[in-house]
Amino acid sequence: MKTSVRIGCGAGFSGDRLEPALVLTQQGALDYLVLECLAERTIALAQKRKRQDATLGYDPLLERRIESLLPHLLEKKVRLITNMGAANPLAAAQKIIAIAQRLSLSVTVAAVTGDDVFSLLSGSETALETGKPLTDSGLLVSANAYMGVDAILPALATDANIIITGRVADPSLFVSPLVHEFGWSLDDPDLLGQGTVIGHLLECAGQLTGGYFADPGMDVPGRKDVPDMAHLGHPFADVSADGTAVFGKVSGTGGMLTLATAKEQLLYEVMDPSCYITPDVVADFTQVRLIQTGLDQVRASGGRGQTRPNTLKVSVGYEAGFTGEGEISYAGSNALGRAKLAGAILQERLQDRFADLRVDYIGSTSVHRTNFGQYPDPYEIRLRVAGRATTAQQAALVGEEVEALYTNGPAGGGGARKYVHELVGIVSTLIDRNQLTPQLTLFQS
Amino acid sequence: MTIKLYDIAHSRAGDKGNTLTLSLIPYKTEDYPLLRDQVTSEAVKQHLANIVAGDITRYELPNLPALQFVCQQALTGGVTTSLTMDTHGKSLSYALLEMSIESETD
Repeated sequence: MKTSVRIGCGAGFSGDRLEPALVLTQQGALDYLVLECLAERTIALAQKRKRQDATLGYDPLLERRIESLLPHLLEKKVRLITNMGAANPLAAAQKIIAIAQRLSLSVTVAAVTGDDVFSLLSGSETALETGKPLTDSGLLVSANAYMGVDAILPALATDANIIITGRVADPSLFVSPLVHEFGWSLDDPDLLGQGTVIGHLLECAGQLTGGYFADPGMDVPGRKDVPDMAHLGHPFADVSADGTAVFGKVSGTGGMLTLATAKEQLLYEVMDPSCYITPDVVADFTQVRLIQTGLDQVRASGGRGQTRPNTLKVSVGYEAGFTGEGEISYAGSNALGRAKLAGAILQERLQDRFADLRVDYIGSTSVHRTNFGQYPDPYEIRLRVAGRATTAQQAALVGEEVEALYTNGPAGGGGARKYVHELVGIVSTLIDRNQLTPQLTLFQS
Repeated sequence: MTIKLYDIAHSRAGDKGNTLTLSLIPYKTEDYPLLRDQVTSEAVKQHLANIVAGDITRYELPNLPALQFVCQQALTGGVTTSLTMDTHGKSLSYALLEMSIESETD
């Protein structure tokens, strides 16, 4: 048994950068590389792609990622665990085999399925967000349960180089190799709680190493400056059998790993810190101790937990219609005044046709819905109007009306743009975990 | 002396459906009592009145030290169907940091 396992995280969302994972694989001396690429909505969109083409429905960047990583993963003997299977882990595994054959590489891929519970739901189950039946939200398009460590362990017991899953809880991607390597009991909530702390700190990749942290040029010099962000490195953790973890990054990469970056990530998206629910454990973050042990090196211990829940969360996608958007800019004297006039005109022209219409002033109040009344009017302002509709054609009316401001609106409007997007909404429900049967399928090149 | 939270603390926002989470982490450990005493859930609710429609719960993490705010009905329906620019509410950490408090030192 290993005394220490090194796990790196090379992607924290589906659109994440490709280079940091390559650097980690080549220079990180990793045992495991995890790529976390699956947000709630990502899998619903992937289900829609799979419905149109049964060979699709996995991460759109899978091919590019695997092509660049695969030779190095095999050379350095790094096992890859990733949820890039999204709605179709089997097709993703076959795609990886095809890439390996093209590169004349020998690889074993384990696909983990069983998270797709669409056929198990009737639609009458209660949505946690609304308290009403799921089908009240709209036409359901997907339902994926968050699986845990127990679904991934059988794959780790094979000699698979790559383990590709659909929906599993993000921390479980990291906890499973720890359970596998150290023989942790699935009935030891304190170890699983500490493992979940490790997974939670790693799962957003660069967000632990100075990504999403920098705020330059503050009054106290260097307080939130981050070095060499262009070459931001992604993190790894050296984990001991007792769960203690020392986080670091490849030397020479940009970014930084400090108590401040670790604290921001520890609390990221956490509701009750004493009760962080995953399929593996109800983790308690309140006793976590973080210690800076060196440059770009932080040690974490003290995660605890209580026994895992009997239910699993299910993320349910539904068709939510279309959004239409339009934007146009005003600049110079009275820019905000002219933008507000344009906003009022559009409000009057569109309000009868859109139950849900939004007018925002980019440069002033568009992202916080207020400026707390403290800031002067800006030199330039961009009007943005958005509305929801049941059809794409109706949604397009918003952008059309914004564009028509050129000859039917205030003076000096410029740079009009219009967009229509299809919307997939997400609600959640719970399912008895015994209803799920995780499955393992092996592929070899 | 009136100061902004921005002067002594940092924050990261997160989202879960229509719920917004905001951490508040002092740069200096000795400023934690100031935050704990003045940045109550009621004070934050008042400060974010135009943003958060629902309840705000505050969790204290003295061992970090940090505060965590969980804000209900804060993302105009949530990331998947909201019509706002920042559907995740990711920029709202800096809305919290706009809040003013009284510093004891003049």
